[in-house]
Amino acid sequence: MSTVKSVIEPTAAERAERRRAWLDRYGKSLRYALHVITHPFDGFWDLIHENRGTIAAANTFLFLFLLTRVLKLICTNFQFISAPIQHINVFEEAASLLLPFLVLCVANWAMTTLFDGKGRFRDIYMGMCYALVPYILIQLPMILVSNMLTFEEGSIYTVMLSLSLIWCVFLVFVGLMEIHDYTPGKTFIFIIVTIVGACVILFLMLVFFSLLSDAVSFFVSLYREIVFRLN
Amino acid sequence: MMKKTAGLLMILMLLITVSAGYADDSNSMKEDGFSTSYSYNYDYWGDVQMTPDPYRVLTVIDSSSLGLEQLDNLSINNPQGLFARGGDVYVADTGNNRILQLNLDGEKVTLTRIITEISGAEPATLNGPTDLFADEEGNIYIADYNNHRVIMANKDLNLMKEFRKPTDATFNQSSEFLPSKIAVDVAGRVYVLATNVNKGFMKYESDTSFTGYIGANPVKIDMADYIWKRYFMSREQRAASESFVPTEYENLYIDEKGFIYATNTVFSEWELKSDTAKPIRRLNGVGNDILIKNDRYPPIGDLYWKSESIQYGPSKLTDITALDNEIYVAVDKIRGRLFGYDSQGVMLWAFGTKGNADGAFNRPTALDHIGYDLLVLDGLKNSVTVFTPTEYGQLIYDATDTYLDGDYDRSAELWQEVMKLNANYPLAFRGLGRSMLRQEKYLEAMDYFERAHDRDDYGRAFKQYRKIWIEKNVLWVVLILAVLLLIPLILGRIKKMRWEVIMHEHSKVRH
Repeated sequence: MSTVKSVIEPTAAERAERRRAWLDRYGKSLRYALHVITHPFDGFWDLIHENRGTIAAANTFLFLFLLTRVLKLICTNFQFISAPIQHINVFEEAASLLLPFLVLCVANWAMTTLFDGKGRFRDIYMGMCYALVPYILIQLPMILVSNMLTFEEGSIYTVMLSLSLIWCVFLVFVGLMEIHDYTPGKTFIFIIVTIVGACVILFLMLVFFSLLSDAVSFFVSLYREIVFRLN
Repeated sequence: MMKKTAGLLMILMLLITVSAGYADDSNSMKEDGFSTSYSYNYDYWGDVQMTPDPYRVLTVIDSSSLGLEQLDNLSINNPQGLFARGGDVYVADTGNNRILQLNLDGEKVTLTRIITEISGAEPATLNGPTDLFADEEGNIYIADYNNHRVIMANKDLNLMKEFRKPTDATFNQSSEFLPSKIAVDVAGRVYVLATNVNKGFMKYESDTSFTGYIGANPVKIDMADYIWKRYFMSREQRAASESFVPTEYENLYIDEKGFIYATNTVFSEWELKSDTAKPIRRLNGVGNDILIKNDRYPPIGDLYWKSESIQYGPSKLTDITALDNEIYVAVDKIRGRLFGYDSQGVMLWAFGTKGNADGAFNRPTALDHIGYDLLVLDGLKNSVTVFTPTEYGQLIYDATDTYLDGDYDRSAELWQEVMKLNANYPLAFRGLGRSMLRQEKYLEAMDYFERAHDRDDYGRAFKQYRKIWIEKNVLWVVLILAVLLLIPLILGRIKKMRWEVIMHEHSKVRH
């Protein structure tokens, strides 16, 4: 009864209480990422099955990942990355990572759901976002570090970068294993299947959009023709 | 009625825009996909940056300016070779079987003599001379193409030596000796680029004996090609395919130190992009390429082209010359452009275009220099264009020279002047950065090196800057490090103590 009442007419105190609870849970789920990346086997299991993660935290990580990527291109010292800043479109760069990420998540969900994977799409998305955390944690400070090193001392920089990537790949692997309750061999096979699936999705999208643009241009020219005739 | 006029007007406007698009392509090569001004350079990203002109036309030497028409009514015809030493300029007037010797004094050109025969030679007359060389004493070497010989004559045109087809087994005796380009080193050794020889340059000692080839391309074995030829071609096809042998080199030049600069135009596009084609080479005594390539892009002329075709393919560098300060210049016969590179392989400038105006070319065939002046022979315009550096070009040379001489401060001043004329010049930034580095102004040096994308020098400046910064702020650095180390330590201790207290209370309650 009280829940119904609060939905209809939440008091200010209740609202504040709810916001505080949400923030508390959000903060905890953010901090939980540190546990996930250091104890991936338990971490991913609890993330999904014990409801320790939140979509809000996952979104945050994804956003930070894209931000890191863009900042890396722009702020890394020119000795290590010299991107042609005059030609870079920040949103394009972000989208070029976001799109494959989402397509891979969808492809993984589409494939595993047919072969008794336990994860829902929500779980896969959340797990993959949590797996990106080492990238953020290592590469964001490395942008700063790159400005304190000379190129000769750059080996530490490259080692750290590859470390972050290896860590991320490992987390993706373990994450998928725990989310779907698969054996390692099956996980490996389904990672390959996912990549193939993503390619198929991209191909279909390409076909769809090119047909769509053809259709649109047909109607546009039809409209122009009619307008021209009417005048 | 109204509609018809409007339609006509539209068509007219369309035509105008289309023709306008075509109209100004004489200079900018729009359909090549890359419009450039007359003079340009490539920046770090490979983008075309327009620059001031490094050279201007001093004079154009042609038949009428030499008075050849009045003299014997034979105007220059299809000239192939050009050589310059001191004020003397020699032009191989191939189509008229003669050599023109000119004297160039500033803008003033006078015809010294016309060489048509060498006394003592058999036959005495020249037949299609394609290239020539004159040494310090005034002896002239002539590649007498259609007479299958290279002639050396003294100042008074008496035969001194004759270089003929080698009797060596390495030379295919059934084919003719067709010397197309020659160069002679200080010791009198003659290097001959002969048509139909694909083993590199033919080398003759000064006693006219043939001693072998130099600078051949290492043989690449193509498995697929081998299988195709071995198992799928008939004997006749194989024989036919073997008789087609492209000459790989296009031209050669021997620099002050005796190294051979050579250009090469037989390659495919992908070889150029992966830098296996090496259109410009610098060969040492044993024929190895020792050209220094320290820039991001190898010296290949233009970096972009539309596609492989006769008119718009990659640059075909038809001749090369090296100035005294190891700056070398090559000329592209496709687009009529000249490219200058410094000793490190960094492009200094590029200029030129196709056309009939002074400073434009129809088909450049040969290139040489007198001091910093460049002479370009055009085989279709039948003229020699003499270029002299502008203030901008001269500043670049002076800055490079003073730097090589070790006068770094003067060099920096000159680079500063260059920068005033062209603020997009990486070499100027690098030169200024080096000067700043020497003056221990590290932050400024870092800024210049970053603009020049010079990683190594930036590292050098940055190391010093960092050292000084740390020495200055050592207190803060130590403090921050200490705090960063101590805080977790203290926090951990507090947590532990609190835990112990709780455990203690717990045990008390139980008891």
